[in-house]
Amino acid sequence: MQEIESKQELHTKVDALIKELQSMPGALMPLLHAIQDNVGYVPESSYAQIAKALSLSVAEVHGVVTFYHHFRTHRPGRHVMQICRAESCQSMGSEALEAHAKTCLNIDYHQTTNDEAITLEPVYCLGNCALSPAVMMDDEVYGRVSAADLDALILEARSVEAKA
Amino acid sequence: MKTRVYVPRDSSALSMGAEKVAVAIAQEAKQRGLDVEIIRNGSRGLYWLEAMVEVATNQGRVAYGPVKVKDVASLFEADFLNGKSHALSLGLTEEIDWLKKQQRLTFARVGVTDPVSLDEYIAYDGYKGLKNALALSGADIVKTVTDSGLRGRGGAAFPTGIKWKTVLGCESDQKYIVCNADEGDSGTFSDRMIMENDPFVLIEGMTIAGIAVGATKGYIYLRSEYPHALKTLNEAIAKAENASYLGEKICGTVHKFNLEVRRAAGAYVCGEETSLLESLEGKRGMVRFKPPLPAIEGLFGKPTVVNNVISLATVPIILDKGAQYYADYGMGRSRGTLPIQLAGNLKHGGLVELAFGITLRELLYEYGGGSATGRPIRAVQVGGPLGSFLPESQFDTPLDYEAFTNIWAVLGHGGIVAFDDTVDMAKMARYAFEFCAIESCGKCTPCRIGSTRGAEVIDKIIAGTDTAKNIKLVRDLSDTMLNGSLCALGGMTPYPVLSAMNHFPEDFNSRDSEDKKTKATA
Repeated sequence: MQEIESKQELHTKVDALIKELQSMPGALMPLLHAIQDNVGYVPESSYAQIAKALSLSVAEVHGVVTFYHHFRTHRPGRHVMQICRAESCQSMGSEALEAHAKTCLNIDYHQTTNDEAITLEPVYCLGNCALSPAVMMDDEVYGRVSAADLDALILEARSVEAKA
Repeated sequence: MKTRVYVPRDSSALSMGAEKVAVAIAQEAKQRGLDVEIIRNGSRGLYWLEAMVEVATNQGRVAYGPVKVKDVASLFEADFLNGKSHALSLGLTEEIDWLKKQQRLTFARVGVTDPVSLDEYIAYDGYKGLKNALALSGADIVKTVTDSGLRGRGGAAFPTGIKWKTVLGCESDQKYIVCNADEGDSGTFSDRMIMENDPFVLIEGMTIAGIAVGATKGYIYLRSEYPHALKTLNEAIAKAENASYLGEKICGTVHKFNLEVRRAAGAYVCGEETSLLESLEGKRGMVRFKPPLPAIEGLFGKPTVVNNVISLATVPIILDKGAQYYADYGMGRSRGTLPIQLAGNLKHGGLVELAFGITLRELLYEYGGGSATGRPIRAVQVGGPLGSFLPESQFDTPLDYEAFTNIWAVLGHGGIVAFDDTVDMAKMARYAFEFCAIESCGKCTPCRIGSTRGAEVIDKIIAGTDTAKNIKLVRDLSDTMLNGSLCALGGMTPYPVLSAMNHFPEDFNSRDSEDKKTKATA
């Protein structure tokens, strides 16, 4: 995930992605994914640019971005931690795990820690239901997660940043 | 001599540290100067034993698990490379009772092979179904699928062959095969397992579907929560293209079929087929009115087959071994096998593929080993967040679509989530409404508003306020949602809610009101 320095840089970056993907049928979803993969989120300032390229209204782009839980319109922390809230994980104590995460990080869902290390998100099933409760840190899934495991994940995320 | 060691690359195995175990085995072997080839196979689905490491010996593959990094040195000490005994020994993999008793048809290769090795796929009977299909007319392929009795494994259980027949019968310059891989139901992971552990079988199934109905383009709509599946599928698709199993001339014939993975974006409702199609078209995932059926006017207005991963991944074996071979498994109108997923509070969670007809009790205790916490299993939710909760008195129900319909429950995608006796069923009912509110597309009022109001009313019940009146209100609201919603999200949220109220009334009726609590403390 790269930092986008200026509006101009963002514009250039989004433009390149548009050129690459706009000829696909139903290009908007792949494009939004590409932007979020590259920039870390879908900046509202890019809506007009996307809309023009795909012959949509800005409202339509806004409508799609905000419909899907995966897309975010603000820069996340350096790591995204998703805790599964679905039934299988509930049966194995995910509720306590959620509370523990919120207390440790001192944030609620959809928020980022003060040091910008971690954004906390709820998720509804990671497909790891035989090993509940499950947590995803960036692209990696963890199973049978205890409060201690969660602390270790948080510590690791923060220490990697400190080294970098 | 080089010893082959298998360490799964399945994401549940990775979630238990399989990656680190693979690295540790490689390092340890290097240090000891031993010649070891590590193969990243799929998972056998015995998830409580992950990371499950296997070693190829003269007797067959020998398994060890659950292996952690700290166990690696002692495994070498015990000479596991020659299949010798260790505290984590599980014996010959194929002889493990849990696995041996299964009837793996769709999952025949899962855990056995390297998922992205096309050579291995072919060596283990892959692409035999396609070869047979290429010699048949579209109508004959459709007939084979119809005769097999295969019904949609996504949840609705609609006969797959009938869907295909409709698309085959449509005249159009373009038709599509869409694979619904938006597996969002809690307690389910069989789609993920196929895509991560045997991606070619899905590719083959979609190719056969394309040839059968005359569709030249396929999309896999994959949930964004499955990054490993995305990588594996794309790698497999590239290999299939290179070997002419996909592309302009499939196996040198006139048939053309191209395949693309599209990522979903975390909306549960997009598992509903019309909402999925809207999403593929680049729109908000709003549910469409039916008719027109997607088979007639689907993706971009063209005739489209929309099938679940498991339905499509089952097609190759049907075309390979014949309709009757598949139909010989099962009971009543539920033919073949169902990949069942044991999840939640169970000691032995994982993937059990069996013919329809096994009872819930056998699955929970003989396979699942009872609850993970050691407490009694009080409730079981089958079929995802829109499925009913079943009490112990219904555990003898056989897994069969009609048997479940008869007790006002659904089999859905075959996910089974167990809860022990600490579960609060009023909270589960509240969660069902809450989930519906979060995931509603908003098109119809019963779902959009009903879900929020439902959660509010259950909050009152939990607080012990006007319990009898509010229970009646929830039942009334559920009736509206059941009969007035546009799709299954709003229309089936009452299943978990009402089943919780019907089977576990004590969790709703006897809640102390805030007044009483205050008095009691005073």
